[in-house]
Amino acid sequence: MIFHPGIMALLLGSGLTASMLCYSTYQGMRIIRSWDINSGSEHQLELERRTYLISTLMSYAMGFQLLSLFLFIYTADTLSHLFIGAMCAAGSLKVNGLGYPTLILKVISCLLAGLWLIINSTDNKAHDYPLIRTKYWLLFLITPCLIGETIVQALYLLSLKPNIITSCCAVIFSTDNNTFLSDLITLPVSLSQTVFFLSAPITMALGLYVCLKGKGAVLFSIASLSHFIISIAALISFISIYFYELPTHHCPFCILHQEYGYVGYFLYVALLVSAIPGMGTGVIYPFRRIASLRSIIPTVQKKLAMVSIISTAVFVLIAGYGILASNLSMEAY
Amino acid sequence: MTIQRLVAGRQDLIPTDYIDPIKQIRGVQSVEPRLWGYYYDALSGANYTIMINAALEDRIGEIIIGSGVSRRGAEGMPSGEMRENDILPFKTYDGSILPLKIKGLLPFTSELVSADLILMSETDFRKLFPIASGHATDLILTVRNTKELSTIASKITQLYPDTRPILRDEILRTYEASFDWRGGVIMMVLSGALCAFVILAWDKATGLSGEEKREIGILKAVGWETTDILLMKFWEGAAVSLASFFIGVLLAYLHIFVGSAILFEPVLKGWSVLYPNFRLTPYISVYQIATLFFLTVVPYTVITIIPSWRSATIDPDSVMRG
Amino acid sequence: MIRLHDIRKVFNANKPNEFVAIDDINLSIDFRRTTALTGPSGSGKTTLLSILGCMARPTSGRITLKDREVTSLPERFLTEIRRETFGIIFQQFNLIKGLTSLENVMIPAYPNGEKFALLNKRAMALLDMLDLAGKADSKVEWLSGGEAQRTAIARALINNPAIIIADEPTAHLDTNLSRDFMEIMRRLKNEGKTILIASHDPMVYKSDVIDQIVEMRDGKIVSSGNSP
Repeated sequence: MIFHPGIMALLLGSGLTASMLCYSTYQGMRIIRSWDINSGSEHQLELERRTYLISTLMSYAMGFQLLSLFLFIYTADTLSHLFIGAMCAAGSLKVNGLGYPTLILKVISCLLAGLWLIINSTDNKAHDYPLIRTKYWLLFLITPCLIGETIVQALYLLSLKPNIITSCCAVIFSTDNNTFLSDLITLPVSLSQTVFFLSAPITMALGLYVCLKGKGAVLFSIASLSHFIISIAALISFISIYFYELPTHHCPFCILHQEYGYVGYFLYVALLVSAIPGMGTGVIYPFRRIASLRSIIPTVQKKLAMVSIISTAVFVLIAGYGILASNLSMEAY
Repeated sequence: MTIQRLVAGRQDLIPTDYIDPIKQIRGVQSVEPRLWGYYYDALSGANYTIMINAALEDRIGEIIIGSGVSRRGAEGMPSGEMRENDILPFKTYDGSILPLKIKGLLPFTSELVSADLILMSETDFRKLFPIASGHATDLILTVRNTKELSTIASKITQLYPDTRPILRDEILRTYEASFDWRGGVIMMVLSGALCAFVILAWDKATGLSGEEKREIGILKAVGWETTDILLMKFWEGAAVSLASFFIGVLLAYLHIFVGSAILFEPVLKGWSVLYPNFRLTPYISVYQIATLFFLTVVPYTVITIIPSWRSATIDPDSVMRG
Repeated sequence: MIRLHDIRKVFNANKPNEFVAIDDINLSIDFRRTTALTGPSGSGKTTLLSILGCMARPTSGRITLKDREVTSLPERFLTEIRRETFGIIFQQFNLIKGLTSLENVMIPAYPNGEKFALLNKRAMALLDMLDLAGKADSKVEWLSGGEAQRTAIARALINNPAIIIADEPTAHLDTNLSRDFMEIMRRLKNEGKTILIASHDPMVYKSDVIDQIVEMRDGKIVSSGNSP
């Protein structure tokens, strides 16, 4: 095991987040068991106080999870020189079979935590906590995901040994391998560009429809999710090469480096900020019939859709600027 | 790439006739023999690294020394260091004394790598150590294309199975791992301090003074909601932890770059007789600060969540009942 | 109009030290009237006041405020209603030490997110109305008894509430200050405010400012009638 402070910080952070979530789930179960909003008994008042604790814990968990996502990539990047063949995070993550799964689980945990917070804040807007049971049952979905991520991350980090031979991003994200990633890259740039530049306005248009007419939330949230995945694929396939000004450099992690102005952070944050509210509009849709939420949900959906649209636009603008301002021209590709 | 010869698992002298066949390998630019070794000076108790230098080829009897050597060799001397034209006596392998004159000092700024180094001519070297001609300590190899290094290394081991090629990358990695390990040891030690800190934070946060309880009760009574109090507590915690984090980082920066890490020096530099004196170049790494943040502010925040929630959920009518 | 139906409040339920503070309370409070709650200590006045002022939830029973049921509203909504509708003056004044009187007056309005400059002006106007303008920047520890009381009143008025609640307001005051207090209450009543005072001080409940007297004993209402 490598005694690196970054590794210890990640293990500590994930451990703390996982325990916060376990505690929240446990408290949630206690609340569901004896919740009665119409009672004024001391027990009920105590339960209502506990809901604040769970909200606070989940908000912090979400914050830590987001930070640890970037810290994880940063650590993988810093450790890359200990592995032969690795030049950035992409190589470190490939060292054993657990690196990329950890990353994917982290992203999923972030998305789930964000969606839970949306449900939580919607529930709090109503007068009688209509979604109290739903949201605490949902914790049963999120907590295992986060515990799984903590375990997989720990296994990955603890089994890292220097001098292991791995591949660098140029090889992983190259056209020769027979992997899904290389299929992505061998897609002609024009195709992936078309898909991305179609998906973005369609998603934004659906969002606008939600804002103006208050309908079509489910469609919009599906579009948000698919646009999230398409955007990441687009980043790997054609957007990153413009930032690197190198047609063969497809790595999604190197754009987080200082020499590219840390533009990767802006892009990824914009992606998350457009995906989570976008999906949130569809997630709260099933609850629109509940009496106390009837007037609240449309307003919430409009706000979420607005945030998502703006963020999608920001992403497209940054990517577009990168493409136009780049010295690279992909005419004959 | 360095090529050593191993006999029974230990480094042995390498025959110089290995050179030509290795030069034939495609991609090899040059192969040079190196003569160097360790000399134990009984007088000062220090180990010096002795190396031959082509520039001193004709200057028999003269040596160039590093600053660590000059300091150590001058133990008990009024000047505190050896200077040009001073004589440094060496005991050769057959017991006779070989006096060599100091004709130059290696620059102070290269201390980190040259503190214990002595450069001399090949003739003097062979007088000192019984290395027969036709042998060298090891070989230095340069290649045209760095990507070919591993292929060439395996070709060499095929050609001469008793050799061990060492890539410079590997040396760097080993050093890094060693430092990382030492850093990790310090972190383990400090983790005790971190635990104590966390416990103290918990104690302080849970032990709400009567005065503070009263104040929060008043705020709740006049119309502040639990969320408002939690927000206030959040800002309080943020101010405290960010301010102390900043002060801590500042003090650490001063300690290391101005005070040369006095407190941790012994553990990190290791045990030796000759220590290089060097100044660390100031350097701020965002990554290190982020990691520190994660290791300190995060546990502090987590440990104060429950106590601040408890204080924020005081009943609004508590001041009326109280 | 505040209406209480069969209100009951129990502390430490199901424990050996279970205590029924108030029981079987049925009460109507009309707007623009001044009501006094009287009774010996331990009679449940304070508990009833805290329930009337939406500071506590009853164990059972129903409360309606302006024809809106508020019994089982979660704390965050109850607090918002309390902030807008009620202004509370405590027995011990309960001003926050270390802050000036102006800052103390502004505190109940912070959660509303109002622009600071406007809030400041309003607070100064209130202090002015109560002849405290000169003491605006003094720390509350340095105020005299009468000044502290008036600061507490100003604080209760900052959100322009319709109902003022006062819990034993004259308990720590001498005769003159008690009289001053009732005069201020008269002024507020003439401005159209509803006032609820809990007090066992005859200077309060025998005053002609009071329209209705509710007498309590052992957690139950003994009599509630108009003041003669």
